[in-house]
Amino acid sequence: MKTFRLGGIHPHDNKQYAAHRPITEVPLPQKAIIPLVQHIGAPAKPIVNKGDKVKVGQVLAEAGGFVSAPVHSPFSGTITKIDSTVDAWGMRMPAIFMDVEGDEWLETIDTTPTINPVCKLDSKEIIQKVTEAGIVGLGGACFPTHVKLMPPPGKKAEVLIVNGVECEPYLTCDHQLMLEHGEEIIIGIQILMKALNINKAIIGIEKNKPDAIEHMQELASRCLGISVQPLKLKYPQGGEKQLIDACIKRQVPSGALPIEVGAVVDNVATIYAVYEAVQKNKPLISRVMTVTGKEVKNPGNYKVRFGTPLADVLALAGGIPETTGKIIGGGPMMGRAMNNVDMPANKRISGLLLLPDSESHRKEAANCIRCAKCVQACPMGLEPYLLAKLAGLQRWDDMEQHYIMDCIECGCCMFTCPSNRPLLDYVRMGKATVGGIICARNAK
Amino acid sequence: MNLILISLITLGVTGLLAAVILFLVARKFKVEEDPRIDVVTEALPGANCGGCGFAGCRALAEACVKADSLDGLFCPVGGQETMKKVGDILGLTPAQSDPMVAVVRCNGTCEARPRTSQYDGSRSCKIMHSLYVGESACPFGCLGCGDCVAACQFGAITMNPETGLPEVDEERCTSCGACVKACPRNIIELRKKGPKSRRMVVMCVNKDKGAVARKACLNTCIGCGKCQKECPFDAITVENNLAYIDFNKCRLCRKCEAVCPTGAIHAINFPPRKQEEPKKEAAEPTEGQNNK
Repeated sequence: MKTFRLGGIHPHDNKQYAAHRPITEVPLPQKAIIPLVQHIGAPAKPIVNKGDKVKVGQVLAEAGGFVSAPVHSPFSGTITKIDSTVDAWGMRMPAIFMDVEGDEWLETIDTTPTINPVCKLDSKEIIQKVTEAGIVGLGGACFPTHVKLMPPPGKKAEVLIVNGVECEPYLTCDHQLMLEHGEEIIIGIQILMKALNINKAIIGIEKNKPDAIEHMQELASRCLGISVQPLKLKYPQGGEKQLIDACIKRQVPSGALPIEVGAVVDNVATIYAVYEAVQKNKPLISRVMTVTGKEVKNPGNYKVRFGTPLADVLALAGGIPETTGKIIGGGPMMGRAMNNVDMPANKRISGLLLLPDSESHRKEAANCIRCAKCVQACPMGLEPYLLAKLAGLQRWDDMEQHYIMDCIECGCCMFTCPSNRPLLDYVRMGKATVGGIICARNAK
Repeated sequence: MNLILISLITLGVTGLLAAVILFLVARKFKVEEDPRIDVVTEALPGANCGGCGFAGCRALAEACVKADSLDGLFCPVGGQETMKKVGDILGLTPAQSDPMVAVVRCNGTCEARPRTSQYDGSRSCKIMHSLYVGESACPFGCLGCGDCVAACQFGAITMNPETGLPEVDEERCTSCGACVKACPRNIIELRKKGPKSRRMVVMCVNKDKGAVARKACLNTCIGCGKCQKECPFDAITVENNLAYIDFNKCRLCRKCEAVCPTGAIHAINFPPRKQEEPKKEAAEPTEGQNNK
């Protein structure tokens, strides 16, 4: 069984709480707030006005640039205002406010549950559909998918790697999606292979999901060129570069994109969205997210339309237990603690993790003992203790020379540190600052 | 005896030879340097704080010696006096510059700005700012981790544990600007010290709409524009729901302070108002910094 070479850690996966819980639809809310920034890149530009009646699937805002994605209406109803709202971390972001009046879909969208395996479109048309559907990487980074499907001139994709790893502890939404919608995912993979003009695809799944491996293997055996690669358990295997290393033994050079080694990586949830966009004409208006935690009453996987307040999703999962100390948007490793649950669901948030108070405090940091555990654990081969130190001293040039921009912010260093040092805090702050400096330099 | 003599002579000759070589090399590779640079460096305070915009005191001295006029060259630590000395040495007239002081433009005290969350991460404003809004709901206000305190080389900034806000010791502040750079929220500004250190400041940088800002903090500027209308000297501008007092136009009449409905405008270092003016807002202006 394969895995990636450098670093990595073995946190307890804690997936028992929400695993194998069937995907449940969250009921429509009364009022919805649809954020305009649900992806990496330029914010979407609203094209509707106050008072407009919209149907499900109608474009609310168009892409603000090449690296951007349009936003579609997840509900039918009336636009009440275009203003700003507060995100899960208290910062303001532009959003469209809406009164939900029903669930009336655009006529062009196929809402029947039948599976449609035949795709007659050519590569260009597929990419066009993906672009228009506002599909972004649903693994967490929210990078617009159409950008990945258009390799820069001179670069050729050779293999599509499908990310079914879900290495983040607690989260189970991708697992459940593979079990319930495996066929659609396989069709989605075929569509993307056609779009990229390649004939090889590998689905990477970690071995803690044996039923998903078996199910996908059975489905993939009927199709040419698609294979399932079971992977050893190790975090952060779901990282793009780690997955490429694990599946095809190629290393993406520092500062380069996966296309450099001929790979395109997409998450299973993204591929399911591609299937729906191409075969059903359905834009990206909902996602499956996991609500989980030790003391949550009904942990599970919930299909939620974007714009539904997260509080509604939490209510469906049995409310917030009294002992909760921290609510994390995403998984425990990459996610961030939230301070506002009125935030609407969006493309970015793949899960809600409710940690009891006893587990939600940091231990006190001690001095660095130079054990180099963080260096061993770093999947990118960096020296986190040094980077954290340099960030504290504000030596940005030195940080750049020590490849700070290669950091994937996976948190392995902080997890493994025996002195509980807040390494990632400093590294992340340094990465943001150095990134800003590089941007300013390139703009000159 | 012989051995001692031989050693002495050998060492002596080697020493002499080395001295001659060093002398010749030193003459050959001598770098001509303006002797005035050293004199000017002596005259500067030697804090090497970088407040002048140069790498250190010597770098400023070099720039002063090279320059034709002292415009734009100013040592904030030494102030006008030091620049006059430098000007005397170089035979130039120093540019007129008003003494400045760092002002923390946030008055979101613990009572006025309820804490909505508990921060458990590294105690650094910069990190906290990159993660989320902070412990209160104001996305513009002071985070209270004291990056500015750490940045100040002169010990002029301290955290007031009662208000949770940093306070500037005007005697010690040299207006080097290190705190301005350290603050990730751009709350600290260098402002003109003003006559007798008296000045008017809008102690808020919240650009949210009034209602939203007020929800997060009672002492916020809501951008109502009353001060702008009241100001007889056009010193106040309201932009993005936030008032700003231009310290070059302000004549310290204190009318704005009286009309401000939230107490965001502070009059600093003024004597208490006389009794016959029964305006509530200006009741305790001398302690005004934190006391609203």
